[in-house]
Amino acid sequence: MCGIAGVVALREGLEPVGLEPLARMAGALRHRGPEESGAYRDERAALAHARLSIIDLTTGQQPLANEDGTLWIVFNGEIYNYVELRAELEALGHRFRTRSDTEVIVHAWEAWREAAFERFNGQWAVALWDARAGELVLCRDRVGVRPLFLCEHEGRLWFASEVKALFAADPSLPRALDPRGLAEVFTFWSSQAPRTPFAGVTQLEPGHVRIVRAGGSSDRAWWSPRFVEGGTGGFAGTLADAEAALRDSLEQATRLRMVRSDVPVGSYLSGGLDSSLIAALGLRAQGERFLTFSVRFEDAEYDEARFQRRMAEHLGSEHREVAVSKRDIAAVFPDVVAHAESPILRTAPAPMFVLSRLVHEAGIKVVITGEGADEWFAGYDLFREARVRRFWARRPDSTLRPRLLGRLYPWLARSPVGQGAMSRRFFGQDLARWREPGFGHGTRWRSAAALWRLLAPPVREGLAGFDPVAGLLATLPPEFARWSYLSQDQYLEVRTLLSSYLLSSQGDRMLMAHSVEGRFPFLDREVMALAASLPDGYRLRGLEEKCVVREVARGVLPEEILARKKQPYRAPDALSFVGAGVPDWVGEVLSEAALARAGVFEPALVRQLHGKIRERGDKTPPSNADNMAMVGVLSTQLLHETFVRGRGGEARPAAFDTLVDRLPGARGGGTERKDPR
Amino acid sequence: MDTISRVREFVTRNFFVSDAARLTDGASLLDLGVVDSTGVLEIIGFVESSFGIAVEDDEIVPANLDSIERIAAYVDRKLAARGAAAPGGGAAGA
Repeated sequence: MCGIAGVVALREGLEPVGLEPLARMAGALRHRGPEESGAYRDERAALAHARLSIIDLTTGQQPLANEDGTLWIVFNGEIYNYVELRAELEALGHRFRTRSDTEVIVHAWEAWREAAFERFNGQWAVALWDARAGELVLCRDRVGVRPLFLCEHEGRLWFASEVKALFAADPSLPRALDPRGLAEVFTFWSSQAPRTPFAGVTQLEPGHVRIVRAGGSSDRAWWSPRFVEGGTGGFAGTLADAEAALRDSLEQATRLRMVRSDVPVGSYLSGGLDSSLIAALGLRAQGERFLTFSVRFEDAEYDEARFQRRMAEHLGSEHREVAVSKRDIAAVFPDVVAHAESPILRTAPAPMFVLSRLVHEAGIKVVITGEGADEWFAGYDLFREARVRRFWARRPDSTLRPRLLGRLYPWLARSPVGQGAMSRRFFGQDLARWREPGFGHGTRWRSAAALWRLLAPPVREGLAGFDPVAGLLATLPPEFARWSYLSQDQYLEVRTLLSSYLLSSQGDRMLMAHSVEGRFPFLDREVMALAASLPDGYRLRGLEEKCVVREVARGVLPEEILARKKQPYRAPDALSFVGAGVPDWVGEVLSEAALARAGVFEPALVRQLHGKIRERGDKTPPSNADNMAMVGVLSTQLLHETFVRGRGGEARPAAFDTLVDRLPGARGGGTERKDPR
Repeated sequence: MDTISRVREFVTRNFFVSDAARLTDGASLLDLGVVDSTGVLEIIGFVESSFGIAVEDDEIVPANLDSIERIAAYVDRKLAARGAAAPGGGAAGA
């Protein structure tokens, strides 16, 4: 697990890049790979790498090349089936110098070119430079576990694992927030690839490969989520058969993620079904000292310690936990935003930042987690809500059908607004459009609308005619309409929430902030393929979520974990930033001057919002809309202060342990390789 | 200040509406995305604390609460009913 960066000239006649920009880029990515660094340079292109050593600790340094030194790679990620692929490639005559998965990618590209990626089971962002052909290949894994950002500037294409490394490369790079990127965050909780919150900075889309040549570049989706058409077909067995198939593939996926590592692997435990199941399967593969990690909350409303401890006791794991308070969230929030490189509408990434620090301090570099189960096996309330709303839409006059919403949201039943006409009116919006794509997500995508009202008039006017939802729906695959409604909702959830937010702002960025790699058995190639082939009823049976996963978990997990009602992972939001002991930065980023500098929000309205939350305090907790608005404003302001106004992310330049310099005038006849130890 | 002005001031302030042109007195607060299912609770809280009215469960309907003019009309109706009732104003609070 690592950070990667590099640059390629898009036209003739440019000076080769200096080593200093490369050293600054690798330095800015040091948290992703603090152990070693390396670089490659020739007249056209350069690559840089910051390494966190996990596989092949002694000879896995990067950049790394093929036999004759014409094809160079920097790689962030893991290819779990590299042992099997290597055997295939050796049979084809390829010779290997190291035991690393990195070298397997180099030879796989030589052997199979773009078809190589379909053979990989893993998570990656990779750059391959074919010096002879003058061709740069950039690729990301299926769902985008690993990030890759891009920026074209003065005839060069720069790329890096994080935006801060792009900014570090060239001080003349324009730094500005992109109102369209922000508008997407204020709709989907994150910008949608290829867009980012920064103007001029894009990201390679998950499951895409880009080939950059002097004459232009091509971008192709080599993978995208594909569901069985019509909700039937695909998997033909019984629920018991599906349970057996999922058990096999999940065991195998977890085992690979435990054993394909030369350092110990730990596990997160949220207290819920998915991470508990993954931890239990991980323990079987490890069979020795097994560390589990949990985040607790001082507020009982969010705390799941009882279930986390019960599960740790069941596993017999060495369990560590860290308790997070509202003040802790406020204290780390600027660092959280600096790592996320995006506004966020929830504070939920902050405890994940604190948790990865705990893992790092325990000397662990790799953890498995339950991420992906809710998207691929339909665990979220959103899927159930959409099912109820579509059921209701077929008889819109029914007063009984919308009452099912009370089964999903018990607070509705308790609330005076609850079963009444107002909530029916809210959930019944757009009911007539129940057959259209995106219907299931409508209530969520409207929920951050308060942030749009806070926008400063020039920003709002600039966004006139820009509709993030319409933009997303215009990029749906042609077969989308032939999938079941449930599959459609899951596809949108994988793209808009899993890939764009959970694996990014709340995943990779929070883990790598403390040099910890996350591994996700539910995002294994075989597990995802199985999920997408199952009949709807094996995923969501009536209103019972993650049906087949529950079957697998039965007999593996204690009854208390199996029986508990799903609790969404949440953290205290806006209330973290008001009251006694709030850090100074809150007042600073909300000051008239800071708001005017960023120019995103109308200061008077932000003052109203902040005043409302402060005055009401704990006695009247903020609504969902106000929580998201407050957290969104604070994180946007921090983003601007850190990266646009400030020089955020700049770090001591890397001193390369490995340097391959192929400029004609370079010392050592064009190649210098330092001994990394 | 008359009822509708007070309601309008509350809605624009509490839900951060600066674009007064869009928020006409008759516009649906739910359709505009100004109010969500929990925002309704804030409207009820405002009506009860500012006008001394008790909002009954069966009065929590779009016809009473989904636009500025509907809220104002509802409040005026409740106030009138209280005024017409026996001294002590027990009707609205029952």
